[in-house]
Amino acid sequence: MASPPFESWLRPGSSGLYCAPGDFFIDPPGPVPRAVITHGHSDHARAGHAAVLATTDTLVIMRLRLGELGQAQALAYGAPLRVKDVTVTLVPAGHILGSAQIVIDYNGQRAVVSGDYKRHADPTCDPFELVACDLFVTEATFGLPVYRHESDAAEVQKLLASLRDFPERTHQIGVYGLGKCQRLVKLIRQAGYDRPIWLHGALRTMTDYYVSRGLDLGEVPSAADAPGKLAGEIVLSPPSALGDRWSRRFADPLAGFASGWMRIRGRVRQRGVELPLIISDHCDWPELLRTVIETGASEVWVTHGREEALVHELSKRQITARALRLVGREDDAE
Amino acid sequence: MKAFSQLLDRLTYTPARNAKLLLMRNYFLSTPDPDRGLALAALTDGVPMDFPLRRVLSGIGESRFDPALFRMSRDDVGDTAETVALIWPDADAQGDAPRLSEIAEALSKAGRGGHAALLTQWLDRLDATGRWALLKFLSGAPRVGVSGRLAKQAVADAFGKTVDEIEELWHGISPPYTELFAWLENRAERPSFSLTPVFRPLMLAHALEEEDWQAMDPTEYSAEWKWDGIRIQVAARGGVTRLFSRTGDDIGQSFPELVDHFRFDAVLDGELLVVRNGEVAPFADLQQRLNRKSVTRAMLTKYPVHVRFYDALEISGEDLRMLPFTMRRERLEAWHRQHGPAHSDLSEVLGFASKDEMKARWEATRAGGIEGLMLKRRNSPYLAGRPKGHWYKWKRAALTADCVLLYAQKGSGKRSSFYSDYTFGAWTQKDGQPFLVPVGKAYSGFTDEELARLDRFVRQNTIDRFGPVRSVTPRLVLEVAFDAIQQSARHKSGIAMRFPRISRIRWDKPAVEADTLETLKALMSSVR
Repeated sequence: MASPPFESWLRPGSSGLYCAPGDFFIDPPGPVPRAVITHGHSDHARAGHAAVLATTDTLVIMRLRLGELGQAQALAYGAPLRVKDVTVTLVPAGHILGSAQIVIDYNGQRAVVSGDYKRHADPTCDPFELVACDLFVTEATFGLPVYRHESDAAEVQKLLASLRDFPERTHQIGVYGLGKCQRLVKLIRQAGYDRPIWLHGALRTMTDYYVSRGLDLGEVPSAADAPGKLAGEIVLSPPSALGDRWSRRFADPLAGFASGWMRIRGRVRQRGVELPLIISDHCDWPELLRTVIETGASEVWVTHGREEALVHELSKRQITARALRLVGREDDAE
Repeated sequence: MKAFSQLLDRLTYTPARNAKLLLMRNYFLSTPDPDRGLALAALTDGVPMDFPLRRVLSGIGESRFDPALFRMSRDDVGDTAETVALIWPDADAQGDAPRLSEIAEALSKAGRGGHAALLTQWLDRLDATGRWALLKFLSGAPRVGVSGRLAKQAVADAFGKTVDEIEELWHGISPPYTELFAWLENRAERPSFSLTPVFRPLMLAHALEEEDWQAMDPTEYSAEWKWDGIRIQVAARGGVTRLFSRTGDDIGQSFPELVDHFRFDAVLDGELLVVRNGEVAPFADLQQRLNRKSVTRAMLTKYPVHVRFYDALEISGEDLRMLPFTMRRERLEAWHRQHGPAHSDLSEVLGFASKDEMKARWEATRAGGIEGLMLKRRNSPYLAGRPKGHWYKWKRAALTADCVLLYAQKGSGKRSSFYSDYTFGAWTQKDGQPFLVPVGKAYSGFTDEELARLDRFVRQNTIDRFGPVRSVTPRLVLEVAFDAIQQSARHKSGIAMRFPRISRIRWDKPAVEADTLETLKALMSSVR
């Protein structure tokens, strides 16, 4: 007995992924009446929806970044919720604080829309939980076999070694403000570094929120309040503040960047980065394949990233795979 | 291999010279022979590798990996060797990483068919950075932003010697340089070579400053024209002739006609020029001959090279360097009368009766198409490096033009947050309208305060961005100083400036009053 195609109830389109029997969009790029949001990064969580369903953390993050939301409904991890004709369950995705996979059960079929996710351990959010399903919707930011993230502890050691080699220089590390920043601080703390870690103003709100949620990050003062030039200290800033006016206040700043893209030398050079740290909040290639296979899904949709390679590899493994090419996803926000 | 791969990895990302020196110094101090010597070879002259890397890599790439995935990965990474390094599976238990010496030895024994198997088993024993560094090493000359000179400087620093001491030995020793390190660590005598010609570090000149000129007693100095070629040291002995650049690179293979004719026993200092019928050709002609691995017969006739000697460091095995300049010059003249080979002559010593006459000589250089004067103290010995108070170069006065700032780009290192590289233009007509065409680019000549103000100007007047380049409202006039204007087919304006720098920032001057392209082109004709 053949099941109806998934497209009959879950439709990719220019307004995002639309679940017809539940009448909601998932991570839509523009305002819609009803949205379910996987996590707070700006290419997934946009302003202007009339009603939003997400985890509590994602809703708070959205309010902090976007201002007041319309009608907001919080849903805890693992609690099933009936939404019209479907059941929606949010399950940890391991990407950032509050990030969720959206599990949709309809007519005996199960689809999992994973948003962005990773399998590497992350001390700042709940770990990814595997959900067996029929349709798995995945991203493929690092969907090429050359992308294999290194151990994050080893990458942090590279930073600490550089501080020993160049104690007269400020180590300014570019990080994205939501997730990467707090994770990197925590990783540095786990490596035993207990000096203050100085923050750019743009990183303050999210970091304070993570701390208010019980994450111990040690001393994280604002770089703007620093007494001197912070020689030999660690400063975190958005990537855009590397090698620009803001960095002139520091002692011969050494630019680092924490991102999965730092595995590729051309990208390191292009950004003028002196200390690349391969630390990613996305799956690398082996994790992508492993996850897809472990879900047991008979069909896989790839939302964004290097979808061509992943579709090719899955097809070789007799898994039906299709690239959605969803609009509005940013490759670079890593 | 681990230490070497970490060194290469960090060198590629480290822009600052001192930081590179620190990284290399630590490596040479902590790595045993013969590995460090092989690394030194890789960072300097390159290690000659009989290893068809490109062919072996593409063979391995196609047989070990899904061709479609490999192609997509290659497109994403942009480099085949790096793609192989990254895509290669990590072994569950990495064996001992191969040492550089193990690699070099295995290669020397490997037959044609053995390359792929060797490479495969080495790659299996390394991590991603190690695999990348191995492929760099096998390419013969890893380009990691280090000049041979800088690597030698690091070796010198590590063991408390000067880089000149290393240079003097360099062409008599070979990889893995164990006798060099033995000497540096005081385990052996300094290597000596009586039979091979080696490089002697050059004596360099300072630019003549106003106070040098004021203090100068003309009777103490000898003057020559400043030739517009490249500095060359000819070292010949025992039937072997070597031509060294000013940094000690052996450039003989680009100039076989000189190597063939220069059969003598001496070390001489001079200028390499293209000379036709006794006339020195423009520098651009000489450029046609530089950095060529092989030279065609047509090149030999079209761009005939010539050496104009001006000093002698050694003649018939006798070291002349401690003699005063005038005595070395006499020895040089005597030698040249007797042996003077084809393709060579001597740089003329210019007479002058007074300081005023010396100055008049200098003032006439531009009209004469000469770069300037060299002033050499008569009693100076030949000293390595750039000692103060002995030799001066007195370049002809610069030309200037008022140009308009068009584009700016950030610098590097300490200037990485400043827009410090400026492209400027001159007025011309396009479709009957006044139009600014770019005529040059400069990134020096201003103070730190001026740089801060220029940076602010760029940010406040940006009208467009193209990647790292900002285009600005064309309203700031820069007075640009330059040595010459040359014809150029590669530039839209049809001209190229030689040695441009910002001489003044004309905050006061309206852009419409800047110079025209025609004015600049007229300067070209006046300079021959």
